[in-house]
Amino acid sequence: MITSVMIVGVGGQGTLLASRVLGRAAMDKGYDVKVSEVHGMSQRGGSVVTYVRFGDKVNSPIIDKGGADYIISFELLEAARYTQFLKPGGTIITSTQQIDPMPVIAGNVEYPSGLLEKIKAAGAEVDAFDALSTAEEAGSAKACNIVLMGRFSKYIKDISGEEWIKAVEACVPAKFLDLNKKAFEMGLKAE
Amino acid sequence: MKELMLGNKAVARGLYEAGVCVASSYPGTPSTETTEEAAKYDEIYCEWAPNEKVAMETAFGASRAGKRSYCAMKHVGLNVAADPLFTISYTGVNAGMVILVADDPGMHSSQNEQDSRHYAIAAKLPMLEPSDSQEALDFTKKAYEISEQFDTPVFIKMCTRVAHSQSIVETGERADVPMKEYVKDAAKYVMVPANAKKRHPIVEERTRKLIEFAETSELNRVEKGTDNKLGIITSSTCYQYVKEVFGDSVSVLKLGIINPLPEKLIKDFAASVEKLAVVEELDPIIENHCKVLGLEVTGKDVFPLIDEFSQGLVSTALGGEEKPACSAIEGLPGRPPAMCSGCPHRGLFYTLSKNKCTVFGDIGCYTLGATPPLSAIDTTECMGASISSLHGFNKARGEESEKKTVAVIGDSTFMHSGMTGLANIAYNQTNSTVIILDNSITGMTGHQQNPTTGKNLRGEPAGKIDLEALCRAMGFNRVRVVDPYDLAETDKAVKEELAAAEPSVIISRRPCALLKYVEKKPPIKVNPDKCRSCRACMQLGCPSISFKDGHAHVDNTLCFGCGVCSELCHFDAFETMEGEPVR
Repeated sequence: MITSVMIVGVGGQGTLLASRVLGRAAMDKGYDVKVSEVHGMSQRGGSVVTYVRFGDKVNSPIIDKGGADYIISFELLEAARYTQFLKPGGTIITSTQQIDPMPVIAGNVEYPSGLLEKIKAAGAEVDAFDALSTAEEAGSAKACNIVLMGRFSKYIKDISGEEWIKAVEACVPAKFLDLNKKAFEMGLKAE
Repeated sequence: MKELMLGNKAVARGLYEAGVCVASSYPGTPSTETTEEAAKYDEIYCEWAPNEKVAMETAFGASRAGKRSYCAMKHVGLNVAADPLFTISYTGVNAGMVILVADDPGMHSSQNEQDSRHYAIAAKLPMLEPSDSQEALDFTKKAYEISEQFDTPVFIKMCTRVAHSQSIVETGERADVPMKEYVKDAAKYVMVPANAKKRHPIVEERTRKLIEFAETSELNRVEKGTDNKLGIITSSTCYQYVKEVFGDSVSVLKLGIINPLPEKLIKDFAASVEKLAVVEELDPIIENHCKVLGLEVTGKDVFPLIDEFSQGLVSTALGGEEKPACSAIEGLPGRPPAMCSGCPHRGLFYTLSKNKCTVFGDIGCYTLGATPPLSAIDTTECMGASISSLHGFNKARGEESEKKTVAVIGDSTFMHSGMTGLANIAYNQTNSTVIILDNSITGMTGHQQNPTTGKNLRGEPAGKIDLEALCRAMGFNRVRVVDPYDLAETDKAVKEELAAAEPSVIISRRPCALLKYVEKKPPIKVNPDKCRSCRACMQLGCPSISFKDGHAHVDNTLCFGCGVCSELCHFDAFETMEGEPVR
């Protein structure tokens, strides 16, 4: 059994760190793990995606259409963009944050409306909440990635809260640890 | 120790464990981290060379001196280094030398999709191709053994999905490799025709021995399937897709040595299965080898020649069903990358766009100047091409084009291969205007130092080339520096240099806004009472400025406070957070 997770968002939102935390937690649990990331355009506001796959034996580092069990999305439009990668009935955990892409900023098109409904209609289960506000409440907008990991942790039953926190500890600088622990807890409990 | 490690970091670990002492590279996605990670080991001297040719020659010099050496580049960088490549194949090495080349199928961050395996064949060099991080580490170490055993530089070939994927690796200790003696040996190292003629048969004999090696090396292995209906020959990331789809149900010949290819091993494998298929990205290199051996094989008749593969693609190409998936949501706006808020290139491209210039572009962040709304760039091919092709364009069209045509090139790209183009303008005389976009860093690949920044790869003080003095020394009388945040000054410089009766260089200088030492100014805002909705500021394509509720709006989480937008506003609508004028 392999669990395939896509982490999507906008360049600069911290998707890479989220994928590293998940990869670390799965490795420490004894799973084989592969994490795939694309560099280069990531700092320039483009759409970014990383893949995390774990299980007894993982071969491919990537996830293609119909291959994802879960999508963790930092931004609503990106959640919609990658919905087609989800297995029918798979779950999208998404922040409701909206970041205008260039065609919207330039005033050529509007930011699409009704995205959550469209994602559900496409066959996905949706777990949406405002991860940005939760992160700000925890102490910093930058902790959004850890808030989302906290939320996601409840779907992975065999990795305990303590094990998740250990993985966070291994991936973030010690001075942000308290903030990130709080962010993780708040993500887990957010409405 | 077990660690979840990026493929490129695993290569660096392999360099460390192999006792490598000298590494010289030019950054290029997806190869860059191999050298950056190697630099974290004090035992390995690492540097950014001005270009890949220099890097390869530096590594070769170190090998000849008697220490194991390394150079890395992306696929297109190997084109630049091809000149030394073909001849160091003849000379061979002293201490082991490894050349890493990273291909980018799917062009995540590249201008073409070339298959670098052709270079190994053409230059007659062994090439190893890892399929995950553990192999990246192990193959790197093995490459040094092969290099010294067969007296040859050895390629490690990566692709984006191996270079930029993390998987679990077991690390080892660093080998103690003593420095080899340097002995003058003109017959081996001085490649004048008489000596080279004697070296060529040695190269051919070496290839014959390497084929024998490939027949039995553990780098090539057969994984017997549960039945013999289908046998698949594959390598690299494609091996992972094949295993994902078929598990142990089919037989697999997994090739770690991609050049030279074995003959008997492949024939025997083919004879052991009912049907033979080759799964390889880009060109049919293994497939054509099979055909030369007289084998019937399925390959590019069902697989594409373009783009990267996936498990789904491999499955459907070989007759599997498409996986069910959630439906695609249509009509979503794209999210292309854009120049960052505060990017110094934006003011320059706005000026070129406004002056309706024909712009010869180059390779770097500033290639994004081609995207709307600025849409300022006419051409982009390869490193350095902006300056040389501007010269050719002006030779063909004369004075009419000299008055409105410019080349734009970054500081790092100029050092890489812009200087020779500039020498051609100075020598063969066109009245060309060259703009060096000096943001004091190699931006696109993630902030590497270069010969103009005054710092080395580790960020320590280093030599610093003075661009103005360099251009003047080449014979340019008109060399001027502008601040691209100052639109009036930039516009004046562009107009004057285009009109001037001699060639000129404009240095558009301001450090990349993302550099840590660059001070970010407080964000600014729009006073909605003053904004007349003329959208002049929207022409900049700044990600911080949008048009909402009938007037311009600044996103204060993104705004860098550069104030370029305020220079375009005729109504002083941009204000500081305290309501003061911006300038």
